[in-house]
Amino acid sequence: MRLENVSLTFGDNVALNDVSFELKEGDTRIIYGAAGSGKSVTLKAALGLLKPDSGRVFLFGQDTTDLEERDLFSIRSKIGVLFQEGGLFDSMNIEDNVAYPLLNQKSAANGNSHAKEDIPERVREALRFVELEQTLAKFPSELSGGMRRRAGIARATVTGPPLMLYDSPTAGLDPISANTIVALIIKARDTKNTTSAIVTHRHQDGHLLANFRYNPESRHLEPVPPNDEGIHSRTRFMVFGEGRLVFEGTEEELQNSTDPYISKFKAVKT
Amino acid sequence: MLDFLKEPILALQDFFFLTGRAFKNIFRRPHYTDDILLQMDIIGVGSLPIVTLTGFFSGAVMALQMSRALSTYGATGQVGPIVAITLVRELGPVLSALLVAGRNGSGIASELGSMKVTEQIDAMRALGTDPTQKLVTPRLIATAVMLPLLTIISDFVGLVGGFIVAHFTLDQTAAQYWNGAYKILVWNDLAQGLLKPLIFGIVIALVGCFSGLRTSGGTQGVGRSTTQAVVVASVWVFVITLFITRIFVTQQ
Repeated sequence: MRLENVSLTFGDNVALNDVSFELKEGDTRIIYGAAGSGKSVTLKAALGLLKPDSGRVFLFGQDTTDLEERDLFSIRSKIGVLFQEGGLFDSMNIEDNVAYPLLNQKSAANGNSHAKEDIPERVREALRFVELEQTLAKFPSELSGGMRRRAGIARATVTGPPLMLYDSPTAGLDPISANTIVALIIKARDTKNTTSAIVTHRHQDGHLLANFRYNPESRHLEPVPPNDEGIHSRTRFMVFGEGRLVFEGTEEELQNSTDPYISKFKAVKT
Repeated sequence: MLDFLKEPILALQDFFFLTGRAFKNIFRRPHYTDDILLQMDIIGVGSLPIVTLTGFFSGAVMALQMSRALSTYGATGQVGPIVAITLVRELGPVLSALLVAGRNGSGIASELGSMKVTEQIDAMRALGTDPTQKLVTPRLIATAVMLPLLTIISDFVGLVGGFIVAHFTLDQTAAQYWNGAYKILVWNDLAQGLLKPLIFGIVIALVGCFSGLRTSGGTQGVGRSTTQAVVVASVWVFVITLFITRIFVTQQ
């Protein structure tokens, strides 16, 4: 996923101002920024949900900036998205919500529709992944905020997309639920090898993502050993301020920054 | 200097784009038949009680009002034809349309508006569905089909209401009333009586969807779009009925 000099305005408000960055396969990108700094808009511009006024957007090596909505669908099927409040359809129960991408998207691998008989099992598997198997028949309004987001993660991962975008997955959640969500993001990253971009304003989220990994045997998170450079080097941080990309670098570089705005997103060492 | 015109003209352009896409989707796959049937149930069957009730009373009131005026000329026998003409040509279509605009136009706008502000529309697009195809076209088809049917029922019930008044206050027989009402109607009346609700249905559905999909600014925005949908659709109903009537009246 690559953005080149992307600018976007809403009326008189500049939402994005000349933003360029590249997310390579296997990378994890943590996007920090104050409210209204353009971090969510960046994800929407990348998906083609918002058209940039200038600049180019590339997804999986293809220039998608000027593509028609219908032509974007096949590319979007390779991207899983978690929206701010989960974005679940109120009118459907959790099972139908999670099955929705399977019923409406062509499979990313071969362009065919997903086999109908596999759908119930794949839905169950996706919900098992987020530990929400018992809520199949419930409606989104009956779930708590944290559960809605977990169901949203299940819906986003059910097709097994190689790229995952998370829009403020922990916003408005209590610290325990927030950590559960981040743990799930780490689990998705480490067990399915997805490239991920996570928009957040909590520095704890970034710290967890950069320093912990999922252990499939113990089914818990464990600290990444210092000699394992994989996760450290593939996790990079970006900070947005007023529509501009003001920082891009590793966690160490973020910690060493002296800029007062950027310092707000430093992890507090314990 | 003309900057203030920019926004309404842009909105009008967006409205026509949406209209074009919604109509194009009628002939394009995938067809969401389940959604169409569900909307037909909500809009058609759901509006039936209120449309019938209003139809009945508007017919009865029309007969009462006319009997007073007609008695001056000793022509109370003409109450059947008069009720038939006013109901079939004008009151049936317009009253049904106003009720459906209030009931379903607002419902469509608030539903789509809530979906917009909770990012469900974005989620739909991200998951490979065209919201115009999945949300707008089924509502357009359902309203355009159901409103003429509702109007036919409303017209008939209105005539029954008129008959009851004519029978009990003017001592008319059933044969007198129904003969008069039936014989006065010509194809021209039926044509405009059915064309109007078809056009009204299209306008109500599209205005409701358009307001809903343009919603911004949270729950407050949903309220604004809902109000806007009802007001705009109702005003258009009156404007359009004038134009259609004009066309049909000159043809006679």
